[in-house]
Amino acid sequence: MTMISKGLFLQGITKAYDGVEAVKNISLEIKSGEFFTLLGPSGCGKTTLLRMIAGLELQDSGTILLEDQDITRLPAIKRQINTVFQNYALFPHLSIFENIAFGLRARKIAEQEIHARVQNALDMLELGEMPKRYPHQLSGGQKQRVALARALVNEPKVLLLDEPMSALDAKLRAQVQVELRRLQKKLGQTFILVTHDQDEALVVSDRIAVMKDGQIVQFGTPEAVYDFPKNKFVAQFLGAANLLSGRFHDGIFHTDIGALELKTLPSWEQGTIAIRPEWIKISDTKPEKNGIRAKVNEIIYRGTNLDLGVEPGGIRVRSNTYKRFNIGDEVWLDLAPEDLVVLNE
Amino acid sequence: MRKLNLAVNTMALGTMAFLYLPLIAVAFFSVNNTKYGLAWKGFTLNWYLQLFQNEVILQAAWNTLILAVVSTSISTVLGTALAIGMDRFPWPKKMNTVFDLVLHLPVIIPDIILAAALVVAFGFLRGISSFFEPGLFSMIVGHITFQVAFVALVVRSRLVSIGKDVEEAARDLYATTPYLLWNVTLPLLMPGIVAGAMLAFTLSLDDFVISFFTAGPDSVTLPLYIFAAVRRVVTPQIHALSTLVLLATILLVGVMERFTRKKNTP
Repeated sequence: MTMISKGLFLQGITKAYDGVEAVKNISLEIKSGEFFTLLGPSGCGKTTLLRMIAGLELQDSGTILLEDQDITRLPAIKRQINTVFQNYALFPHLSIFENIAFGLRARKIAEQEIHARVQNALDMLELGEMPKRYPHQLSGGQKQRVALARALVNEPKVLLLDEPMSALDAKLRAQVQVELRRLQKKLGQTFILVTHDQDEALVVSDRIAVMKDGQIVQFGTPEAVYDFPKNKFVAQFLGAANLLSGRFHDGIFHTDIGALELKTLPSWEQGTIAIRPEWIKISDTKPEKNGIRAKVNEIIYRGTNLDLGVEPGGIRVRSNTYKRFNIGDEVWLDLAPEDLVVLNE
Repeated sequence: MRKLNLAVNTMALGTMAFLYLPLIAVAFFSVNNTKYGLAWKGFTLNWYLQLFQNEVILQAAWNTLILAVVSTSISTVLGTALAIGMDRFPWPKKMNTVFDLVLHLPVIIPDIILAAALVVAFGFLRGISSFFEPGLFSMIVGHITFQVAFVALVVRSRLVSIGKDVEEAARDLYATTPYLLWNVTLPLLMPGIVAGAMLAFTLSLDDFVISFFTAGPDSVTLPLYIFAAVRRVVTPQIHALSTLVLLATILLVGVMERFTRKKNTP
């Protein structure tokens, strides 16, 4: 195979633990300079895959190329790849300065250069006042920034992030996600993030690979994956989705709640379509196409919007808060054909 | 409820008294100005002075110290290496059970059995080399055999509590195995190593059984001397000696306590 790639190239990566396959024949190309996310529930093999890229775990079969160089058999210490670990794994007996300098010292880089580079990293991550402190004196957010600095100071070709925000509270996490994305864009370095948090994946990523049971289920930009989920798993794991199953014949999709017109025609006769709660429009008059008469039976107020549960079909609808609803209200749902996503499988 | 509390407290105090009264009595008699009897005849440091003029006792103290220092140094290094090897090498899972057994056996096994086994082993080894004649060398080897297990147990529990994450992070940051050991594993293990060494040291200091079976005529240690002396008559000198050993032990425990508490929080 001839392939010219500046990025990271995985081919046929497989790994089993005690006979159970954690990663099944995964092939992936991650472009240089992109923010790539492996998204999936726990136990889907995403962390195992990340550890194999880092060189901390050896795959059973497959090839890993970094900038066209075969690194399949190289141990972690020979790969220009660094990791931000889930619990940061800072060295408790070393000061913040020494934590960040660790990778440089291990490679016997000159003292002067170490100082300059560590100082640079401290400044970049706004840790200016921290160098003499110890990890146990820092807050969760500060520890996370030290872990980032400790990895980035080595100027890795790829930075791996293993659920780096799982230990932060929700508000801080949202802020750090945006900062992380800005940092990555500024540095132009390749970042690979592992997460089970779909919001995080959507916010930070250039591209997302959704994983399940050791395989990549879907792969693409956040918009593509969110707007066109391939199957039930992706539709429900990434955001919320109403799933409607039924039969397709004579160009019409027949479900329990009514007959619907589709824009994309399915290849199956019996199957499922999805529509996201915020794509459903509510109107007082009957829409031209795909109108469903429904009754509101649950109202959840979320501040920025309302979540409505309607019958028949137990459909969830997201509405803005300008309009008030009462339980028992009869409404028309507008399920526009272009918003109905045909799922395979 | 209050009655129960009172009962529990009394029992606790009773137990403490049971433990410490004999020790306090020994200290008491070591400064009592009389050779016989239980009555208080005034304060004296005479017995201590005599103690320090007694060549046999000084030699025994020296032997004890040499034995404890040498055997502890060697067993600390061996025990630490053993613990790291057991815990960090990717052994198959069932090896863990085997290791647990192997480490706990010397701890549980009665000293007398171990001592008897050593006698047999040394008897065999004497056929090969005269090093294994009863004496200080044999005693050092004997002490190391039981100390290693204690050191390894303490260090291994510390290894488990440190976890492997930090070492993985070091590998990810280009640390070679020696660099990793020297700059990450050993510094983090230090409290465990010191605790293990202290334990091994105190065990060697007051060991009687193993020493008794492996000692030669020139390698009498304090426990052996005290045993021999007490069989004749308990002199106030023995009380003074026992008190000193007790104080040394208390000091060691104090130091260990401080050291491990201070650096135990990773």
